[in-house]
Amino acid sequence: MNRIHVNVDGVSYTDDVEPRQLLVYYLRDRLGKVGTVVGCDTSNCGACTVLLNGRSAKSCTVLAVQADGGEVTTIEGLAENGTLHPVQRAFHEQHGLQCGYCTPGMIMASVDLLKDNPDPSEAEVREGIEGNLCRCTGYQNIVKAVRAAAADMRQGVQQ
Amino acid sequence: MTVTDAVPAAEIGQSRRRKEDARLIVGRTRWTDNITLPGMLHIAILRSPMAHARITSIDVSPALESPNVVAAFSGRDLAAEQGSLPCAWPVTPDMVTPDHPALAVDEVHFSGEAVAVVVARDRASATDALEAIEVEYEQLPVVLDMEEALADGADLVHSDKGTNRSFDWIFDAGEAGTGTSTDEAFANAEVVVKRRFVQQRLIPAFMEPRAVVCDPTGDVLTLWSSTQVPHILRLMLALTTGTPEHQVRVVAPDVGGGFGGKLQVTPEEVITFIVGKRLGRPVKYNESRSESLLAAHHGRDQIQYLEIAATRDGVVQGLKVKLLADMGAYLGLVTPGVPILGAFMFPAIYKMPAYRFECTGVFTTKAWTDAYRGAGRPEATFAIERLMDELAAELGMDPLEIREKNWIKHEEFPYTTVAGLEYDSGNYEAATAKAKELFGYDALRREQQERRDRKDPVQLGIGISTFTEMCGLAPSRVLGSLSYGAGGWENASIRMLPSGKVEVVTGSSPHGQGHETAWSQIVADQLGVPFEDVQVLHGDTAVSPRGLDTYGSRSLAVGGIAVVKAAEKVVQKARKIAAHMLEANEDDLEFTSGAFAVRGTPDAKKTIQEIALATFAAHDLPDGMEPSIDADATYDPDNFSFPHGTHLCAVEIDTETGHVGIRKYACVDDIGNVVNPLIAEGQIHGGLAQGIAQALYEEAIYDSDGNLTTGTFVDYLVPSAMDLPHFDTEHQSTPAPGNPLGVKGVGEAGTIASTPAVVNAVVDALRPFGVNDVRMPCTPERVWRALNERGSDGGDRAAEGSIAYGGAQNAPAAGGA
Ligand code: FES
Ligand code: FES
Repeated sequence: MNRIHVNVDGVSYTDDVEPRQLLVYYLRDRLGKVGTVVGCDTSNCGACTVLLNGRSAKSCTVLAVQADGGEVTTIEGLAENGTLHPVQRAFHEQHGLQCGYCTPGMIMASVDLLKDNPDPSEAEVREGIEGNLCRCTGYQNIVKAVRAAAADMRQGVQQ
Repeated sequence: MTVTDAVPAAEIGQSRRRKEDARLIVGRTRWTDNITLPGMLHIAILRSPMAHARITSIDVSPALESPNVVAAFSGRDLAAEQGSLPCAWPVTPDMVTPDHPALAVDEVHFSGEAVAVVVARDRASATDALEAIEVEYEQLPVVLDMEEALADGADLVHSDKGTNRSFDWIFDAGEAGTGTSTDEAFANAEVVVKRRFVQQRLIPAFMEPRAVVCDPTGDVLTLWSSTQVPHILRLMLALTTGTPEHQVRVVAPDVGGGFGGKLQVTPEEVITFIVGKRLGRPVKYNESRSESLLAAHHGRDQIQYLEIAATRDGVVQGLKVKLLADMGAYLGLVTPGVPILGAFMFPAIYKMPAYRFECTGVFTTKAWTDAYRGAGRPEATFAIERLMDELAAELGMDPLEIREKNWIKHEEFPYTTVAGLEYDSGNYEAATAKAKELFGYDALRREQQERRDRKDPVQLGIGISTFTEMCGLAPSRVLGSLSYGAGGWENASIRMLPSGKVEVVTGSSPHGQGHETAWSQIVADQLGVPFEDVQVLHGDTAVSPRGLDTYGSRSLAVGGIAVVKAAEKVVQKARKIAAHMLEANEDDLEFTSGAFAVRGTPDAKKTIQEIALATFAAHDLPDGMEPSIDADATYDPDNFSFPHGTHLCAVEIDTETGHVGIRKYACVDDIGNVVNPLIAEGQIHGGLAQGIAQALYEEAIYDSDGNLTTGTFVDYLVPSAMDLPHFDTEHQSTPAPGNPLGVKGVGEAGTIASTPAVVNAVVDALRPFGVNDVRMPCTPERVWRALNERGSDGGDRAAEGSIAYGGAQNAPAAGGA
């Protein structure tokens, strides 16, 4: 067992974890953060994407012990004081989700993408979310949502 | 209250943003795997590493020594309780149905089949302990190739059955009286084109892996499952395990996609149910992605032998279809019915006098197949749309011209096809004209010619698919005539709450389709209540006791209509009370925008909410009237509905590398009236992605030992955003005459239409090089081989001899008179 200190969605936790425990299972099974989901066992689907110290990470590829001392934001901690993040809003507005299983990961990956590129082209969005699979939407409305969120956020910055 | 309220805009037809998003975008979801119950144990399943073997010995007791392990069972331990998994569709009276235990008892018939389970305090401990189980297998011969499986003396999948043939099912229009003799049509034909197409095996690959939780505490056993079919599952669990039906409750909470892949009664569900019952403690099973790809049912997998007869000027005279349909090792819930559903769709939108369809269901030592988005209809549509292109090429005609020559004209609806279906409505001419314009058809054809002329290494191909499908499964009497084990009705009920809010209970069980939003729109219009005041309840047999669930593009065209019928009954009952309250004659009341008003005295008015409250109080109701305006309706459609559309695809093919890229994809779909255009368009997009994936990317491959070599997302290529183009979609609406909303169904349209559009485009680009088929998926390797090996269709994807279908499959050359 290893002792870790980690801040998840604004709350500090101290826990003893097995060295082999993956971050995603620590979040789900230990902290009850079940908004983050698991879609594969080969790091291909991106369903488990969270922000680790501000950058997107597939939480099934990270050990809980590697998050020690770090800060994790999951889909559950993205909205601030009840206000949805522009990316969340845009996924709703543009119908960027159907079953919603890929959505937490897709949204977190998009948030990260927009940090690097506040005005991505369609092709850049497609490339940016390549590591996240969606079986329902055919991606078109996801791409639309990410670009709409980008526009929104640029607007917000200007104001 | 005032009576000057403006009539609210109709909800139907508006792109309402979805209600269900609120929880999904913040992670406040209820996936089955999220459920944790006090004292809950976890199940891990040991799966067979062999495709076909006798289990000579199995000992689970060493697993009990592992830490945190509570119990372990082999198939022998559960043999008395587990029964045989159900097949609800005996397509012929003498269909061969092998016994299908949830946990294999004596023999395994495909790699990945469940052979033992461990139950432990947590998932990791259960998985760790699997290794301790001792199993000895005696290897038996694998059966991988359908054509070989049917040969005399072939190795058998189920030796006790004496054959690998499950059934032979025939539809002959001449014999059925819906057409003329096929033999005569072919004997007299000026041109006959023959082809052999292969529908590769696919995996539904819903994003949420399947999960099951069983809570046996209390009087009723509750099973949560990521299923499309909670109602069917409840009945089948009861029948399979001998548990009284009223003591079983099934809940489908949030379900992360299905696409037919969760239209099943699975071994994992039965195992979890029995283990929970045995131990008296809550248990959970959650599959890994690898288990999902290996052991959740697969789809498609047919060999199609096709012959089309026509006159020299391109008028179709007859069609002969012979299918070998791979059942895999067992028959699942509707496995044999899938190719049979396709039987009726091969003639598609074309008029033809003669048609014969034969299908043989074949057992192999692979995962069993069953419904996957479209279920039988994509296979049929692919065959006929590819064949129309081949006929056009044979006759030197334009592929659009040959379609126009043979399709049903808009003034000919309703039209009874040679397969005996009555197509309700449509306008193929208009959809095609609109699609051509959206696509820029003429300009792309010009560019294609230019590239051909200048021998550009990157060639352009244009593919057409003018499809129809049968939606709204299904009229119960039709299902009965096809020997299906259940009906095709749907149920809905509406509860008017005292505060004026409305609960709608539906038997359709959504998993991404947006029922909560669409049903709210329907009810808002029917009852004149605000969209926000409607709550839609579903997916729990205790809450929604009657239903037949979601598949076959049936939810709106059947389930949505049940909602309309229930709402009509609410209004009927409310009318009586309104008349009483307003001291008016019922016949003098008009119901608009949620209120009854006396004709000619518009100030005298009672809203449906006021009536709901008065009914709740029940102080002053008409004599003899029960204090309820709630209503329940079960709707059984008279006919299917037949959406259609024209899909056009342009591909660019690098003739040096074989790489195929989609340059443009445009489609116009006619799905009748549209309740929510945003949701409908989303369904088209998702469908297109899956159809294109069949054409270009996905294939479940077994090696020569019967091992699945595409058992992870590394090898099974679900397309990413980079692999798919932007889609230009539009729709036209020819209302369905058969139901009060005029709706047809949309869930499967994109999948059905797009596969042949893409492959037709690929072949169109390569035809000048002498290519007349490319096997799916059209990978760069296959395209390159088709280009470079004369007469090849690209063959198999892996090295020859190493996979199930041995060697390259050359299509027979086109015949002629
Ligand atoms: S669960 Fe698939 S990438 Fe993490
Ligand atoms: S919305 Fe279902 S997988 Fe993306």
